[in-house]
Amino acid sequence: MVILKVPTPLRTYANGQTEISVQGGTVAAAMNDLVTQFPALRPHLFNGNAELRPFVNLFLNSENIKDLQGLQTPLKEGDRLMLIPSIAGGRG
Amino acid sequence: MLPYLSHEEILRYSRHLLIPEVGLEGQKKLKAASILVIGTGGLGSPVSLYLAAAGVGRIGLVDYDVVDSSNLQRQVIHGTSGIGTLKVESARQRMLDLNPDIQVDAYNEPFTSANAMRIAAGYDVIIDGTDNFPTRYLTNDVCVLLGKPNVYGSIFRFDGQVSVFYAKEGPCYRCLFPEPPPPGLVPSCAEGGVLGVLPGTIGTLQATEALKLILGIGEPLIGKLLLYNALDMSFEFVKLRKNPNCKVCSPEPEVTELIDYEAFCGVPGHDHDEGSAGEGWDISATALSQRLQQGNHIRLLDVREPHELEISRLEGADLIPLGQLAARLSELDSAQEMVVFCKSGTRSARALELLVSAGFRKVKNLRGGINAWAREVNPSLPIY
Repeated sequence: MVILKVPTPLRTYANGQTEISVQGGTVAAAMNDLVTQFPALRPHLFNGNAELRPFVNLFLNSENIKDLQGLQTPLKEGDRLMLIPSIAGGRG
Repeated sequence: MLPYLSHEEILRYSRHLLIPEVGLEGQKKLKAASILVIGTGGLGSPVSLYLAAAGVGRIGLVDYDVVDSSNLQRQVIHGTSGIGTLKVESARQRMLDLNPDIQVDAYNEPFTSANAMRIAAGYDVIIDGTDNFPTRYLTNDVCVLLGKPNVYGSIFRFDGQVSVFYAKEGPCYRCLFPEPPPPGLVPSCAEGGVLGVLPGTIGTLQATEALKLILGIGEPLIGKLLLYNALDMSFEFVKLRKNPNCKVCSPEPEVTELIDYEAFCGVPGHDHDEGSAGEGWDISATALSQRLQQGNHIRLLDVREPHELEISRLEGADLIPLGQLAARLSELDSAQEMVVFCKSGTRSARALELLVSAGFRKVKNLRGGINAWAREVNPSLPIY
């Protein structure tokens, strides 16, 4: 089991949860479990070809999965996934 | 040749001079330095105050706005007496009161592709305290093209991010975020809110990073992104790497001059507070009021969050928060005329898109939201 941390802007699509337990041997499987549990998250994370949308950054522990093996990166028990959102606030 | 410090300056900065990592030479480096702060709001307030107090010799401020009472919950460089005055002037006065020995350059203009290179060229370090994606991409590209470090900070509700994007030594903002999110997907602080003290936390971290860069001490946040959450009181770091295919900082970049960032992001270069669903899909508060008075049966759909009803509400409206709308479409009748609203029209414009894509046609967006209703129709309601 892996813990996935949900950033504030996406929590509204995950029943307000901050951390979600997901199952899967790869990042793809874990993310599939995530959007099965919370279907409202799917359009925010994936495009029509089941690829992560380009503005979505997914980190495994402290590494961007783009710098590992992408969605095929294997997971092990106790790993931590973190979605990092684009946020823009600051001046207003 | 570093500048001289007067006896008055030595006394003023004595707590810096006592730290071996700063010392007299470091303080002279600060006096010789110049930093540009883009945005004089939530982040810009603590950044500008602390850089002024620290004795950074020349500080540039870019903003085009005036001080509003709704700013003062977090923009602590301004005061109640400054409401209605230019932000850059209000900030400049406060900074010069704090430290009359520095120079403050005020640029009362939006930061755009037309003026950005000219303004930024004269500064050693750039601080991104903006509030929207177009200006963030612009700031990044300016820094990459001019070879300057970009001290990045961004906030939303209880979350903050900090990094130093310095393409000469590490990744840039586009390496992490090659593309902006689609318009409307990420709420702004004007729409989603922000804890007032959060920009204080993030802005002081940005000021710290800027001072470290000038002084050449410590480990700058180059290649690292700090993620802060105020509710969990968590500080997490992730590693950022240079994207070999980055459109602006790779060896063979696609972007070699500034572009139209509003077109790139599909949104205006400011934190807009009045949402529109586009031509033909909006209705004004006045027009809606007239249609209701004429006896038209129009269902009012409020897509705000439940806690916002305590601030203001429209009689007879049904509440379905935007995040639940997709799952609750069966509660709505597409044959019935409907007007969707939120605080200021941005979330309801998203709701309208969702409804139209689900086959609803007799639906309009209340332009400017319930705040517009309070202004135009029912002044007894508060504006928030």
